[in-house]
Amino acid sequence: MRTFLSLMLALAVLGLGAWAYRENYATQSAIADAEALEARIGAARARLAVLRAEWAYLNRPDRLNDLAEINFDRLGLMPLQPEQFGLIDEIPFPGVPDPLVEPLSEPLTNVVDVSGPEPDGDVP
Amino acid sequence: MIRRPLRPLARILQARARGENPDAIERENLRLRHEVSRDADRERAESRLFVLGLCFALAFAGVGLRMGVLASTKPSEPRVAQGGAGIVATRAEIQDRRGRILATNLETAALYVHPHELVDPARAARELAKLFPDLDEARMLADFTGPRKFLWLRKVMSPEQQQAVHDIGEPGLLFATREMRLYPNGALAAHVLGGAAFDREDVRAAEIIGTAGVERSFDARLRDPGRANDPLQLSLDLTAQTAMEDVLASGMTLMNAKGAAGVLMDVHTGEVIAIASLPDFDPNARPAPPTKGDPTASPIFNRSVQGVYELGSTFKIFTVAQAMDLGLVNPETMIDTKGPMVKGRHKITDFRNYGPELSVDKVIVKSSNIGTARIALMIGAERQKAFLDLMGLTEATNIEISEARSGKPLLPPRWSDIVTMTVSYGHGFSTTPLHLAAGYAMIANGGTRVEPTLLRRDTPQYGPRVVSAKTAAQSLAMLRHVVTEGTAKVAEVPGYQVAGKTGTADKPKPGGGYYKEKVIATFASVFPADAPRYVLVVTLDEPVNTMGREPTRTAGSTAAPVAAELIRRIAPLLDLKPRIDPVQLDGITLTSN
Repeated sequence: MRTFLSLMLALAVLGLGAWAYRENYATQSAIADAEALEARIGAARARLAVLRAEWAYLNRPDRLNDLAEINFDRLGLMPLQPEQFGLIDEIPFPGVPDPLVEPLSEPLTNVVDVSGPEPDGDVP
Repeated sequence: MIRRPLRPLARILQARARGENPDAIERENLRLRHEVSRDADRERAESRLFVLGLCFALAFAGVGLRMGVLASTKPSEPRVAQGGAGIVATRAEIQDRRGRILATNLETAALYVHPHELVDPARAARELAKLFPDLDEARMLADFTGPRKFLWLRKVMSPEQQQAVHDIGEPGLLFATREMRLYPNGALAAHVLGGAAFDREDVRAAEIIGTAGVERSFDARLRDPGRANDPLQLSLDLTAQTAMEDVLASGMTLMNAKGAAGVLMDVHTGEVIAIASLPDFDPNARPAPPTKGDPTASPIFNRSVQGVYELGSTFKIFTVAQAMDLGLVNPETMIDTKGPMVKGRHKITDFRNYGPELSVDKVIVKSSNIGTARIALMIGAERQKAFLDLMGLTEATNIEISEARSGKPLLPPRWSDIVTMTVSYGHGFSTTPLHLAAGYAMIANGGTRVEPTLLRRDTPQYGPRVVSAKTAAQSLAMLRHVVTEGTAKVAEVPGYQVAGKTGTADKPKPGGGYYKEKVIATFASVFPADAPRYVLVVTLDEPVNTMGREPTRTAGSTAAPVAAELIRRIAPLLDLKPRIDPVQLDGITLTSN
């Protein structure tokens, strides 16, 4: 019995040692992965900061103004004027379908011209 | 263990036979037994003490060793940490009220030299001089071949320049990492932002410190590493600021002025939406303060918060508001305006003769100095000064621009009657345009004081009450009349109900007295008058309007049209809809029976 217990104990120690060894290396590699990721995040943030600065630089009002002037023929951009504010009642209301009138399902053909014949044209 | 009896029968019997006391034997045995047990106890205690001592010694040795290790090794960042990657920016960004960038950081490199590591100093100096025209070749060569071991060459450079230096291929040319402050919008809001510079420099990093403006007044907060990712949000609006600088610059050219200042402020929150001072500069390369000449002529001088000027008739409304608040007059009270009004050696005149008397409303509309002076005499010096104190016009504003502290109003040394009279129409008392804007905001928001601020805020300020709401409304109505029928008709912008007051003040000569032909023209306005939102102050330095038949200098023909154009441009940008009142139809009378 005593021998059996000692044997089991020795086996358990061996097993735990092997497990700890494996865990140790797994942790090391996880830390290395995390560090690599952090470095990439840091680099990405630095790049983002540069891009933000560049975006702000390209969107500076002076440049936009110059661009608007260069492209005036195509875009016709002008400073915002008070008259450009619209009121909601200036927008025509979308037409309500009249229940008494059937919507046209096919284009009108064979329309008879009632205005009389053109002086020298063919009446269809 | 064999326990020995205390009274061994054999010895007791022998002792009895000899006639001795057998108790002596028992005592003797008891003593011996005690001695044995005492020895054993001591031995055990000694061994325990030894073990305990060993534990303490080990513990102390452990602590000591750990301390030694910590003290002698280099510090390193914990490899496994909570949170994200390390700090990118060392200085927080500055943004406008809608989150657009006003100041940010850019990674760059500085260049330094280890002359003893240079392979070919002559070639290095030649190539560097080709790359950077501002470096002198002969001087560099002298430095490279001299005894120096370390030398800074450039503080910042572009990536292209860095690559070009790489291409020289000298091992003695080295780069230091740097972060530089970048103002992507150039000169826009230059006076607000101020500027930044490197402080202590090292090969690994350099400290950036704010040297002026917001950068300086918020320096500690911007440098705080804990808030590096938390941008500082200002109340400025980038588009409004652009429009203001554009219009002011063209107005300045058109009116032949040598300088201009503009302040646009929210009347309820005290937020400064746009503030400009022309001429301006590029904060990316802030010019050095002038060492000679007039410091107020330098572009770094901030006319809107630093420049104190006699702002002239724009002050009249404060006098009238106080008189109405004290119950001395009402808008219809008739005031004697016969001129000239003589007081001791001084003579007060009006721009034009306005007849024997005018109502208080007309005094403001026509801008009568004599009428205002008479009202000021009713108020008296004491109360006038107390009122200006209460409005905050006698001390520097608390706006978050570091230069603002030097914008302290110039008060007359003694507050005599003549001073009371001149101050009532804005002469002999100098304040900054920002002070004036704060004063007009007080009238526009119903009579409570507001402190101008550059920080974004969403709630109105509830400052101490200066005048009653009724007085404020009456004053505002008078200001509206100035635009509809008075000296500032050109300032009317359809739909925005501008209310305002012009002010033209002669510039004081440095030696005393006033220039005849040099004026400060100011227009202070509030819009829209029926529900005031913003106050706008425009000040032009030495304007001359030469568009008419004769050159004119009055604010009504110089500052007022510029202000009107500003309102036309800026109000739509601030989402302020024009309100066109329906025209009153003539000949229709509502009746009922």
